[in-house]
Amino acid sequence: MSSSSSSEAPNPSVPTDASAAASAPDAPDASTPTDGAVVLQAIGLQKHFKLRGVGSRDVVHAVDGVDFELRRGRVLALVGESGSGKSTIARLLAQLMPTTGGRLLLHGEDATAKGRRAFRRYVGRVQMIFQDPFGSLNPVKTVRYMLTRSIRIHRGRLRGIELEGALVELLERVQLKPAERYIDKYPHELSGGQRQRVAIARALAADPEVLLADEPISMLDVSIRLGILNLLQDLRDRLHIAILYITHDIASARYFADRTMVMYAGRIVESGDSESVTQDPKHPYTQLLVRSAPDPDDLEARARGARGEAPSLVKPPSGCRFNPRCPFATELCRTEVPPLLSVGEGREAACWGYSDRADKPLLSDITEALA
Amino acid sequence: MTLTDPLDGAGATSLASPGHLQRLTPSADPVLEIRNLSVDYGYDDDPVHVLRQVSLTLGRGEVLGLAGESGCGKSTLAYAATRLLPPPGLITGGEVLFTDRSGVKTDLLRLNETQLRASRWQDMAIVFQGAMNSLNPVYRIGRQIADGIRAHEPKTTQKEALERAAEMLDLVGIAPDRLRSYPHELSGGMRQRVMIAMALALDPQVLIMDEPTTALDVVMQRQIVEQIAELRDRLGFSVIFITHDVSLLIEIADRIAIMYAGEIVEDAAALDVYHRPRHPYSSALLHSFPPLRGPRRELIGIPGSPPDLSKLGGGCPFRDRCEFAFDACSKVNPELVYPNVPGDDPRRSVACLRHDPAAVRAVGEEPLPVPAELSQT
Repeated sequence: MSSSSSSEAPNPSVPTDASAAASAPDAPDASTPTDGAVVLQAIGLQKHFKLRGVGSRDVVHAVDGVDFELRRGRVLALVGESGSGKSTIARLLAQLMPTTGGRLLLHGEDATAKGRRAFRRYVGRVQMIFQDPFGSLNPVKTVRYMLTRSIRIHRGRLRGIELEGALVELLERVQLKPAERYIDKYPHELSGGQRQRVAIARALAADPEVLLADEPISMLDVSIRLGILNLLQDLRDRLHIAILYITHDIASARYFADRTMVMYAGRIVESGDSESVTQDPKHPYTQLLVRSAPDPDDLEARARGARGEAPSLVKPPSGCRFNPRCPFATELCRTEVPPLLSVGEGREAACWGYSDRADKPLLSDITEALA
Repeated sequence: MTLTDPLDGAGATSLASPGHLQRLTPSADPVLEIRNLSVDYGYDDDPVHVLRQVSLTLGRGEVLGLAGESGCGKSTLAYAATRLLPPPGLITGGEVLFTDRSGVKTDLLRLNETQLRASRWQDMAIVFQGAMNSLNPVYRIGRQIADGIRAHEPKTTQKEALERAAEMLDLVGIAPDRLRSYPHELSGGMRQRVMIAMALALDPQVLIMDEPTTALDVVMQRQIVEQIAELRDRLGFSVIFITHDVSLLIEIADRIAIMYAGEIVEDAAALDVYHRPRHPYSSALLHSFPPLRGPRRELIGIPGSPPDLSKLGGGCPFRDRCEFAFDACSKVNPELVYPNVPGDDPRRSVACLRHDPAAVRAVGEEPLPVPAELSQT
């Protein structure tokens, strides 16, 4: 990316840092902020959807009290089952829908976009890639058209050689080489993996600081999933983009993400570095999740006898939302919402079992407890 | 059939001599034999050959896993074998022999419409990929199950059929009072179980499940898979389990057939596929899943993408993505043979020229040895 493009990048509040740094990805100099600096922060994020119906006061508690930070050059995985609210979080962060509570901070300043211009500025810095590359690309437009549009919107009116150069660079960045082979193709002429790469290139055209990846590999063929994950990993390392990786596959979170956050029924139940969360899960739900994933090396330790399913979010269970399925649940779990408690260095779990209350539940091995 | 199979009465299958494998009867007691099944898509002069001469045998009481990427023909195989293939799919050859409990063989591809209607569901039932959405939204689930029972057994009264339906729901772990529920009142996992209950209502001998757990969460997936395994042990039906999730298959299947570009490339016991893959594609597929445990390592997946079936020439369809390809691979399409590794299970087979020196010599090339990655013991 040329330096002229970054000067045009709308960036009124923070003139010096990350967008300029992202424009020179391969040569980070002294003025660039270090990896790990907080880029986007969510505080007490909440989304309640109103239910349809005359006089209906019921709401769906899709996301409740979620806090996290996305850091420069780091990948945060958000793991949960369908309906746990993880895609809602992505849409809230992309400001595709308004929040009903909580705050969103971009570099420490309120990021809520009021009006179209502010929204444009915001999406220039926070981009999203969607699950379905078959649905997210316009079938009647060529790759060239889609990328050109994105470049024009976010970087101004490039023309001629400059535009061509930017297009080729984008395609090469997502490893669609040689670019000439792909640039005039329609989406139907590309495979699923190639389409997802085009979608990623389109997001990169804005030179974003944050990439929200909502299940980017779940619709792809198994043999090419790793290629996309490795590409995102490469973007993280070279462009220092902060990535939110949303997935239901906890094994891929371990492979790809620095930190992992586990969500259940609209709340975060556990967070920590990916290796610890997957190897030594603390919250009973995370334990169940890890033990339920197929693992041919360890057929004996699979959780058997798990029952029940995620609760209704219209009337979520009181207290810990996992309590109806939890073999350890006590009266405390049924009445009071557990806060995120520290369970090790940089790790938190929302389970009363880790508190110092006298009436706390006694935890043991989930596999044995269920059997 | 594997040795762990509880229903394998004639478990001691005689060991065939190494070399080209007699693939017609790998199981002593087959319930379904698919022989040289070919399917084309398109009626014009240039149809796409989606299945090419696929042969597969399902033993009684066996869980056979069918794995492969989207577009490799695994669903087509299941639909063709049950004659549910929608146009423009066309079965162009082969036979599908079904053996009933008394040992009578029938070719499903030669049944007329009436016989086929009677056979479906009774002999062979399918749980479809979008099973959760295959329930009729405007009927209560009890009625939907009962309707099926009465269609096959007209003498049954509605009351008896509903009682049977309640039993079936109980079998899959749903409270019988749910008979009066509409599909939208059930969660995804419950709807999937209703579909399984429905499929088992007439006590079929073969249950085909096309990606039955793909739309479900891992916890629910595990519950369903456990349930299928338990019901199989109790009722003794055979299962063809189609999925792209090889690690799941290794857990539940006795035997796994791996498909690539409309052909079966490897067919072996589940744990053999996992610990001792013989085909480069099987091996690469197993390394495409990041492991949940063990050391974290850099994974690369499989370079390239699956071939366009309408543009397949001769030669091995996997050669462009294969790290072990050599000159002969572009000349001859390998057939399923016994792997060229001493001591392998004689019932397994693989379609790779590295394992088939005879076919390589036949086209005037020099055979190459089996690489170490494909000959672990």
